[in-house]
Amino acid sequence: MSEEKKGFFAKLISGLSKTRSNIVSGIDSIFKGFSKIDDDFYEELEEILIMGDIGVVTTEKIIEGLKEKVKENKIKEPEECKELLINTIKEQMDIGENAYEFENQKSVILVIGVNGVGKTTSIGKLAGNLKAQGKKVVLAAADTFRAGAIKQLEEWANRAGVDIISGNEGGDPGAVIYDAVGAAKARNADVLIIDTAGRLHNKKNLMEELKKIDRILEKEYPNVYRETLIVLDGTTGQNALVQAREFMNAANITGIVLTKLDGTAKGGIAVAIQSELSIPVKYICVGEQIDDLEKFNSEQFVNALFTQE
Amino acid sequence: MAFESLSDKLQNIFKNLRSKGKLTESDVKAALKEVKMALLEADVSFKVVKQFINSVTERAVGSEVMTSLTPGQMVIKIVNEEMVSLMGSETTEISLKPSNEITVIMMMGLQGAGKTTTAAKLASKFKSKGRKPLLVGCDIYRPAAIEQLKINGEKVDVPVFEMGTKHEPVNIAKAAIEHAKSNGMNVVILDTAGRLHVDEDMMNELAKIRENIDIHQTILVVDSMTGQDAVNVASNFEEKIGIDGVILTKLDGDTRGGAALSIKSVTGKPILYVSTGEKLTDIEQFHPDRMASRILGMGDVLSLIEKAEANIDAEKAKEMEKKMRKAEFDFNDYLESMAQMKNMGGMAEILNMMPGMGAQLKGAQLPDEKALGRIEAIILSMTPKERSNPSILNPSRKYRIAKGAGVDIAEVNRLVKQFEQSKKMMKQFSGMMGGKRGGKMGRFKFPF
Repeated sequence: MSEEKKGFFAKLISGLSKTRSNIVSGIDSIFKGFSKIDDDFYEELEEILIMGDIGVVTTEKIIEGLKEKVKENKIKEPEECKELLINTIKEQMDIGENAYEFENQKSVILVIGVNGVGKTTSIGKLAGNLKAQGKKVVLAAADTFRAGAIKQLEEWANRAGVDIISGNEGGDPGAVIYDAVGAAKARNADVLIIDTAGRLHNKKNLMEELKKIDRILEKEYPNVYRETLIVLDGTTGQNALVQAREFMNAANITGIVLTKLDGTAKGGIAVAIQSELSIPVKYICVGEQIDDLEKFNSEQFVNALFTQE
Repeated sequence: MAFESLSDKLQNIFKNLRSKGKLTESDVKAALKEVKMALLEADVSFKVVKQFINSVTERAVGSEVMTSLTPGQMVIKIVNEEMVSLMGSETTEISLKPSNEITVIMMMGLQGAGKTTTAAKLASKFKSKGRKPLLVGCDIYRPAAIEQLKINGEKVDVPVFEMGTKHEPVNIAKAAIEHAKSNGMNVVILDTAGRLHVDEDMMNELAKIRENIDIHQTILVVDSMTGQDAVNVASNFEEKIGIDGVILTKLDGDTRGGAALSIKSVTGKPILYVSTGEKLTDIEQFHPDRMASRILGMGDVLSLIEKAEANIDAEKAKEMEKKMRKAEFDFNDYLESMAQMKNMGGMAEILNMMPGMGAQLKGAQLPDEKALGRIEAIILSMTPKERSNPSILNPSRKYRIAKGAGVDIAEVNRLVKQFEQSKKMMKQFSGMMGGKRGGKMGRFKFPF
């Protein structure tokens, strides 16, 4: 565990070092200049949260909660108040112990999301990650819609050294999944990961297709551990909340993969999603290399949220 | 997310104030707080919102609002005006050199913004205007990016130039321009790899292309769902490479698209087009005024009307209207109006563009596209005679139709019944409408 943590920290630092010289001192600098807890102080906090894409509604909720706690505990120092805030969000974002149960069982991971968030890339990384753990992984290229999507996943399968089942572009994704399940069974795979076409959550027939995929898995591959990950672009704003909510209607989402966090975006919308929909972030992506996918660490995430260049 | 529309909220605030006869500064401030919330919910950058609210406050606190009878609308009007002026009040086209010269356009942006697809859409647009475009695969990093460009190029029938993934993008671009010269092409569109604005090596790659090649337009492609970070992205690209224009993608989602305002106010560069779907023709002119309403959550009726006009044959529509009036509407017409609606992007999209509808109808039961497909199948399984004269449909005919369409006979019955009902309704409507002709909207009818 400690080794894993170190790897994560190093990765995040290197991912962030492009933009941020010092991750730790940054947190404090925001709170400097405040000697007491007043309206200006709260306003500053509000600004930080909104600028991190947490959204107005969740930000107000957080600030209200904070104000109450400050009153209750008779907190006077801005420093203490800051810690309280950071810890509250950290606790909220903390993922349960069973978050990665699919690693221990025979499982199928369905990966969904809107267009261009990085589904295929995330799958490539996840496959590499699981393969490195000695798992037998099979990929299913069920994005038969986007031009070049199958080729892209095939390339990732090559890099990760895992098997891939694919159909023809323009073909029926259901058929690909059916075949992939067959292959996963025959080859006794530990994990089957399914790539789906990007779809905007307001396209009803595409969401229906997703339900169909879900049904096929339910029927053809019962008794395996089901994991459904929604991939969200870390640079997305408030619409990510709508996306998550709509996708929840089509599939039983068990976690979030938050991508593109190696830029300046904070991915704060994940806090809003966790608070409103209780979906935990399980992975974050901090680069384009195959090992740039990391398990989520709430401490690092929240610290980054409060860091400004 | 049941957003109350901003207009509703403002009306509520001002509702109780009317009797006072005069608005105070604090009333206006309360109203503008709602505007602020709406803008933040739409992902407009926090700093841009702050500035914006300040400038609106100045105007709104003045006499304009105070003396107005409908202060709510007045505030919206000012907000809208300020927003349009911020976003540029005119629509802008991408500028091309004369046909006898080669225009080089470079697409750039973050990963997944939609550069490759947009490049193909642009190429197709130029082609339809009589230009000879060439798409160039400069993304040597993302697996299968060139493949994607090639497939899209094929779909829009535009040649694609590529040199695989072993050459530097700047060299590929140079060779592509030579290729265009010797083959008589006059618009070269460079599809570059997605990159983070803070990735120095990758940004240098773009800078190098810009330095070595006479690029006429650099286009930043931005996902309309981008959040607060849009400002950082745009200002970095502007600073390091320079932006001539912006294209917003994925606007067919339900995002309010506040990023548009942030980018415009940070870079001052025009937003040229918006991309609104996965089909390679789904690219439209950007209208600042419409975007302003969308960001404020007030719908986009103008685009809807325009869409209807573009997709509906005026002659046919007239004929249909006549038929409807006389209730001579038959299954052939039914089929046709269904096709028209499909052209417009389906029921959901139409409703989304209506003011206030987007939010209210979310989750409401719409006839889904599949059901429409089944209806189509049923009608197509009828003989021409049956279509034009549904009254001859007896059980044996219905049985045959059901078999042909692969549906249950009950579905055929339901359709026929619905059809009779809507015919009746149309009779009543046409009575009600009398001789008065509606405006533009009166020209198309829903098939229900």
